Amino acid sequence: MQSFDKTFSTLQLENGLEFQGFLFGYTAPAEGEVVFSTIMSGYPEALTDPSYSGQILCITYPLIGNYGVPAIDDKIHIRGLIVTDYSFDYSHWRAVKSLDQWLKEQKIPAIYGVDTRQITKVLRDSGSMLGRIIPNGKEMPWDVDNPQSENLVDVVSCKEVSHYGSSKKRVVLLDCGVRPGVIEAFTQRGIEVIRVPWNYDFNDGSIGQYNGLLISNGPGDPDQCDNAVKNIKRAMELNKPIYGLCLGNALLAKAAGGRTYKLKCGHHSANQPVSMYSSKRCYITSQVHDYAVDFSTLNSAEWDEYFTNMNDGTCEGIIHKTKPFFGTHFYPEFNGNPDDTAFLFDKFISML
Amino acid sequence: MIDNSMKKVLILGSGALKIGEAGEFDYSGSQAIKAMREEGIKTVLINPNIATVQTSEGVADKIYFLPVTPYFVEKVIKKEDPQGILLAFGGQTALNCGVKLYETGILEKYKLQVLGTPVQTIINTEDRELFIEQMDQINVKCIKSHAVETIEQAREAAAELGYPVILRAAYALGGLGSGFCDNEEELNVLAEKSFSYSPQVLVEKSLKGWKEIEFEVVRDKYNNCITVANMENFDPLGIHTGESIVVAPCQSLDSSDIAKLSELAKRIVRHIGIIGECNVQFAFDTVSDDYRVIEVNARLSRSSALASKATGYPLAFVAAKIGLGFGLAELKNGVTKTTSAFFEPALDYVICKIPRWDLSKFHGVSREIGSSMKSVGEVMAIGRTFEETIQKGLRMIGQGAHGFVGNKEIVVNDIDKALHDPTDNRIFVISKALQKGYTVEEVCNLTKIDKWFIDKLNNIVEMSKELSKYDELEELPDGLLKQAKQMGFSDFQIARFVFKEKYDTEDGVNIVRAYRKKTGIVPYVKQIDTLAAEVPAQTNYLYLTYNGCCHDIDYEKDGKSVIVLGSGAYRIGSSVEFDWCSVNALQTIRNLGWRGIMINYNPETVSTDYDMCDRLYFDELTYERVMDIHDLETPHGMVVSVGGQIPNNLAMRLDASGVKLLGTTAKSIDNAEDRNKFSEMLDSIGVDQPRWKELTTLDEIDAFVDEVGFPVLVRPSYVLSGAAMNVCSNKSELEEFLKLAAEVSQKHPVVVSQFIQHSKEIEFDAVASKGEIIAYAISEHIEFAGVHSGDATIQFPPQKIYVETARRIKKISRKIAEALNISGPFNIQFLAKENDIKVIECNLRASRSFPFVSKVLKINLIELATKIMMGLEVEKPAKSAFDLDYIGVKASQFSFSRLQKADPVLGVDMSSTGEVGCLGDNMDEAVLKSMLSVGYNVPKQNVLMSTGDAKQKVEMLNAAKMLVDNGYTIYATKGTYSFLKENNIEATRVLWPDETGTERSALEMIQNKEIDMVVNIPKNLSKGELSNGYKIRRAAIDFNIPLITNSRLATAFIISFCKLPVDQINIKSWDEYYS
Repeated sequence: MQSFDKTFSTLQLENGLEFQGFLFGYTAPAEGEVVFSTIMSGYPEALTDPSYSGQILCITYPLIGNYGVPAIDDKIHIRGLIVTDYSFDYSHWRAVKSLDQWLKEQKIPAIYGVDTRQITKVLRDSGSMLGRIIPNGKEMPWDVDNPQSENLVDVVSCKEVSHYGSSKKRVVLLDCGVRPGVIEAFTQRGIEVIRVPWNYDFNDGSIGQYNGLLISNGPGDPDQCDNAVKNIKRAMELNKPIYGLCLGNALLAKAAGGRTYKLKCGHHSANQPVSMYSSKRCYITSQVHDYAVDFSTLNSAEWDEYFTNMNDGTCEGIIHKTKPFFGTHFYPEFNGNPDDTAFLFDKFISML
Repeated sequence: MIDNSMKKVLILGSGALKIGEAGEFDYSGSQAIKAMREEGIKTVLINPNIATVQTSEGVADKIYFLPVTPYFVEKVIKKEDPQGILLAFGGQTALNCGVKLYETGILEKYKLQVLGTPVQTIINTEDRELFIEQMDQINVKCIKSHAVETIEQAREAAAELGYPVILRAAYALGGLGSGFCDNEEELNVLAEKSFSYSPQVLVEKSLKGWKEIEFEVVRDKYNNCITVANMENFDPLGIHTGESIVVAPCQSLDSSDIAKLSELAKRIVRHIGIIGECNVQFAFDTVSDDYRVIEVNARLSRSSALASKATGYPLAFVAAKIGLGFGLAELKNGVTKTTSAFFEPALDYVICKIPRWDLSKFHGVSREIGSSMKSVGEVMAIGRTFEETIQKGLRMIGQGAHGFVGNKEIVVNDIDKALHDPTDNRIFVISKALQKGYTVEEVCNLTKIDKWFIDKLNNIVEMSKELSKYDELEELPDGLLKQAKQMGFSDFQIARFVFKEKYDTEDGVNIVRAYRKKTGIVPYVKQIDTLAAEVPAQTNYLYLTYNGCCHDIDYEKDGKSVIVLGSGAYRIGSSVEFDWCSVNALQTIRNLGWRGIMINYNPETVSTDYDMCDRLYFDELTYERVMDIHDLETPHGMVVSVGGQIPNNLAMRLDASGVKLLGTTAKSIDNAEDRNKFSEMLDSIGVDQPRWKELTTLDEIDAFVDEVGFPVLVRPSYVLSGAAMNVCSNKSELEEFLKLAAEVSQKHPVVVSQFIQHSKEIEFDAVASKGEIIAYAISEHIEFAGVHSGDATIQFPPQKIYVETARRIKKISRKIAEALNISGPFNIQFLAKENDIKVIECNLRASRSFPFVSKVLKINLIELATKIMMGLEVEKPAKSAFDLDYIGVKASQFSFSRLQKADPVLGVDMSSTGEVGCLGDNMDEAVLKSMLSVGYNVPKQNVLMSTGDAKQKVEMLNAAKMLVDNGYTIYATKGTYSFLKENNIEATRVLWPDETGTERSALEMIQNKEIDMVVNIPKNLSKGELSNGYKIRRAAIDFNIPLITNSRLATAFIISFCKLPVDQINIKSWDEYYS
C-alpha cells in the first residue's frame, strides 16, 4: 500500500536542474548518464538490458511497478531509476516480488513522484546528460564521472567462452553485453551458439570452425571497441555471414570503414518506426542506442542503408550489396517487444 | 499510390444516436470526409441525423437526410453516380447496409468500389462460423461456439459446452439479444428472444471473470501494420465493453502479455485482410497467458473513437486515407506534423473511460449490467496516476459524484450481492465496501476485478481517512494536500474530509482553493503529443494534472482567446446537438479572428477533435477545473450557452468569481432558471404560465390540487427511486407516488404544477441581441403536451397552429427577451390551447432543436448568436420560416430494445436516445422519411391496435379507416374493437394477455411475428400502467415489431404511408430544398 511517511530523494542533473521526489528501491546515491525511455511496459526487460549500463533510466510512462517482477535471474544494469508514480501494490500471476524489493536486492536506488515528462523534455532539448540520485536531499559536491569514459562493454561482456546447444550450424556470438533472450532465439532455431568475450580473437582456430558471426548489442561508445572491430574485419575477409545487432551494427559499420556519432539523446523506446530500403515496408522496432552509424562514411558502392528511422532519419541498419553482411540498430525479437522483424534472425540463419 | 479515378465517394452515416451507436460515428464520419476533401474528392453523405457535425454545411459536399437502408442508398447511388463507397465510418448501421448492398449485387451493378476493407472480409468477421474458420487457419483460439438455428439445438449445444454459456445473436448491434445463462431454464427464455433478432444464434462457453483486452490495429495495402492502442477493461469479461470502465494503456498486463496479444492482433488483421482500421477484442486469463479472441470489428467503432482521443492518433482519418490507397508511411503524424503516421503512440498518462447510464429515466428497467449495452454516453478522463484519472472520470459522468469518495451515502442492502452482480452503481458500491472495511482481496473475489485496480481505489479511501484526521488545512502534514490533489481529490472532497460540516459547501471549497493556490499547489498543463515528449510537438491537445511540475505550453496572456464550455457526457436530453452548437460557436469565434478554446471530456464528440479549436482542454467541466483553466488562459471571455445544461449551471459561480461571461448575463440566466424569480418576472410582464407551487407537506399538496384539479405534474427535489417527474391523474396515484418514490419535507420540497391536457406544445428557438430578437424559429410538436419535448416529433415550420397563436408567441417572446436582456441563443417552450398561450420553460442557452431549425431554415442560429456574444452588430436575416416551401420533421429514436423490461411508453421524462431530421416537400413525405429513419417500417399487412381512452379512440378513427381502405388488416383488443365496429371499420378482435376466449391472443400473434406494427396507446400518462398494455408494448419491442404509443404520432405516420408509397419519396439532397 501507499505510504504517507515518505523519504525525499533528489535527481540532480549536470545542468543544475533538480527534481525532488521520494525514495524507493535501495537507499544509496547513484550517478550516471541520465537517459529517458518511452516504453509503456517492459521495465524488467529494460532494467536488465546491458545496453543501459552506466545509465540512470527515466521512464516517461508514469505508472511503473504495476505487475511486479517475474522470476528472473538477470542482473539489473541501470544505475538508477526515475519514475512518476510507483505502484507499491502489484498484481500479476507471474510476479514473485515487487519492483521495490528487486531494486533493493540489487542495490539500485530509485525515485518516484517526479515529473518524468519534464525530465524527458529537458533531455530531449539539451541532450543526454550526467546526473545523480541523492537520497534525503543531502548537499554534495558535484563530482560525477562520465560513465562513457570507461569501457562499458568490457564491464558487461562475458569473460569466458561458453557454448549453447549443439548443431552443425555454429554461430559465434561476440558478446558486447548481449541482452537476455538473444541466445535462446538462436538455440530455439537449432543453431549452436559460441559466446565469446567482446575482444576475443575467434578467428584463431581455438573455438573451431564457425558458420557465421553475430555481433551483440551493448552499451557505450563504439569507438572503444577497436579490438572487436579488428576481429570483425578478419571475419569479413573470410566472407563469413555477419549480423550486427544494435552496437553490433555500429561495430560492423566501423569494420567496413565507416564512422559512428553520438545521438543527442539516443533512442530508447519500443515504438521506433523504421522503413526498409527499396520497399514500402515499415516496421515498429524496439531500440536502445545512444550512438548511430553515419551512413555517408560507408562506401555506397558496397553498402546500402538497410533501414532508416522514420522519425529522425537516423541510419538503423546497413547491408552489403553482394556479401552476406548486415546489421540493424534495433532488436528484431525480444520478449515483450515488437516482433515484426524477427525475420532478420531467419535471414541470417539462412545465410549460414 | 492512390487511385486517381476516384472523384466522388458515398459515405454512409449511422443515423440517429442509439444505445450502442452514438456520437462516435459523427466523429469518425467527419474525419473520413475531411480526409476525402484533402484529396480533392467530392463526398456524398447519407445520414438522417440532422444534429450532427458531419451533416453541416461545408463538411460533406452533398447531404441526404435519408434512412441508411439499402433501398434509399441505392436511390442515391443511382442519382449521384459515385465511384467509391465508405462503409466503415457509420457504425454497424452502415456496415450492415453495406453488406446487404454487396450481397444483393447493387455495388457491382453500379460499379462501386468499396474503399478500405473489402466486404468479404467484413462478412468473414461478422459471421461467426466463417470467422472461426479464418482463425483456425492461423491457429488463433476463439471462444468455442456453436451456431444454432433452433432452441432445441441451443439446448444441446449448451449441454455439451457446460453451463454457464453465453448466447449471442449474429449480426446484432453491440450485443442485442445476447446474454448469459446459468441453466437450461434461463437459456429457454433468452434463446427465444435472441432468435427474434437473428435466425442464427451462437452458444458459447462463458469465460466470466477473465480479463477483457482490446487492441486497435491499422493496416495498409503494403501489409504494414501497427497497434495504435491497447486497452484494458476494468470490469472482467461478461460486462459489455460499452458498459465497462476502460483503461488505456493496459495496466495489469506485463510486457510479454502485451507482446503476445499484439502479435496475435496483427496476425489476425493481416490474415483477414483489413485495409484500414480494426478493433480486436480478447479474453485473457488471469492466471496464465491463455486467451480467446472474442470478436473483431472490421470498422471504426466506439473503441476506436476512444483510442483516437486516448492517444491523439486520428484513426478514422488515417483509415480513410488508407482506403484511398495510401501507405501508412506516406501519411504524416498530425500531432507532431514532422513524423510519419506509421508509428505506435507512446502515452505518458493514463486514460479512463467511464460509461454514463440513465437507467432511472426508464420505468421497470433492470439496473444490472452485463453482456448487452445500456449506457447512453461516456467520458474519458486523463491523468498521470490511476487515482487522479478515475476520480476525474467519476466527476465527469455528471451524476452527482465528487470522485470515488466523499459522495452522498448510497443505500446498499446487500454489499456482497451488489459487488458480485454488477449494476450501473457498482463502482460506488466498491467505494462503500472499502470504506466499510472490506479488504482488497474480498472486493477482488466478489467482483473479479484485478487486484491492481482495487488496490489503487483503496489508496483513495486511505487518503480520505488520512485527511479526515485533521480539521484545518494548516494542520495537514507537509505534502499531504499535494498528495491528495495528485490522487485526484477535488477541492470539494478535501473540504468535506477536513472541514467536515464546519462550513457551507461553497465556502469550504473556496477556502481550499485559496489555500492551495497560496501554497503553490496548482495543476499543470500537459500535452497529448503521441510520442511521450520524445519529439517536440506543437499540439494543442491538453489536459491538467497535479502530477507534474511544469506547463507544456506558454500562455500569451493577450486576452485574445475565448473559452467555450462543451456539453460533457452524452445523456438522455443532451447529446450530439450540443456538440454541433459547440463546434459552430468555436468556428465562428475563430473566423472572427479570436482563438477558440474548448473544454470538454466526451470522447464521442467532434468538439474534442483537436483540429476544431486553437486549444483543447480534455478535462472536467467543474467549477474548480474551469477556473484553473481560466486562471491560465486569462481569456477575453467565456461562452456558457452552447453546451447545454452543464455550462449553464456553472454560470452563476463563474460570474461570481469574476469570469466574463459572453452574451446574456449570469443574473438573467438565474432569473430564468430560478422558478420563483422566473414566475415573478412573467407576472410582471403579464405572461401566463401553468399554475405551480413549491410545497413541503402532503396537506399543502392536497390543498393545491383541490385548486387546480387533476392531473398534476409532480417534481420532487429528492427522489427515492424511479423517475424524477410524474404526472398523477387522481388522488391515489398522487399519494402512491409521493409515498413510494419521493420524500416530501421542509428540506426536500416538491413542485406541483397544473397539467394542461390536450394542448399543443410549441418550441421557440431564437437568438437575441441586447434584448431584441434577431432570428427565431417556431416549431410545433405533433404529440400533445405531456410527451417530453425531447421525445416529441417536431414539425418545422409549424403546420397546424393559428396565425394568431404564432403572433402571440412572438409577442410574448419579445417581452421575455427584453425583460431578460438576452444576448445570445435561447429557447422558450409554450403550451397553446385554442389561442390561450402559456409559457412552460425558458432556457437562456441553445436548445436541443437548434441544429434542426438552423438546418431546415438554412440560417445558422449559433453562428449568429456567437457573433452577438462576441459583441458584433448583426443584421436580422431576411428569410423567415414562412418562406420555406418544404417541411422538416424531427423524430425521436428510442432504444427500448436494449433496456430489458423497461416500459416503452412516453411521458414527461425524456427517454429517447437520439433523433433524426428529414425534409419533405409536404408533411407526409417529411413524416414518412423521418419515421423510416428511426427504424419504423411501413407495415406489410397486419396492424394491432389498442387505442386508449375515448378521446384517443376518436382521434385514431380516421387513421384506422385509412388503414382498412388501403387494404391493411386491423387486429384490435376489446374496447378498440367495439369502437371500430360501432364506426363501421372492419377489425378482428384479439385477446389481451389476461383475457380468455376463442379469439386469438394478441401476445401470441406478436410472438409469432404475425403483426407488422403495434399501436398501443396507454389510457393515461401515469407510469403505473396496467400490466396488459405493458406486456403488449414490451413484446412488440422484444420481438422487434414497430411500436407507436401516441395517438397523434400514430395517426400522422399511418396517414403518411397510406398517402405516400415509399417509392414515391423524392430523393433530394439538402441543397436541393433550399436553393
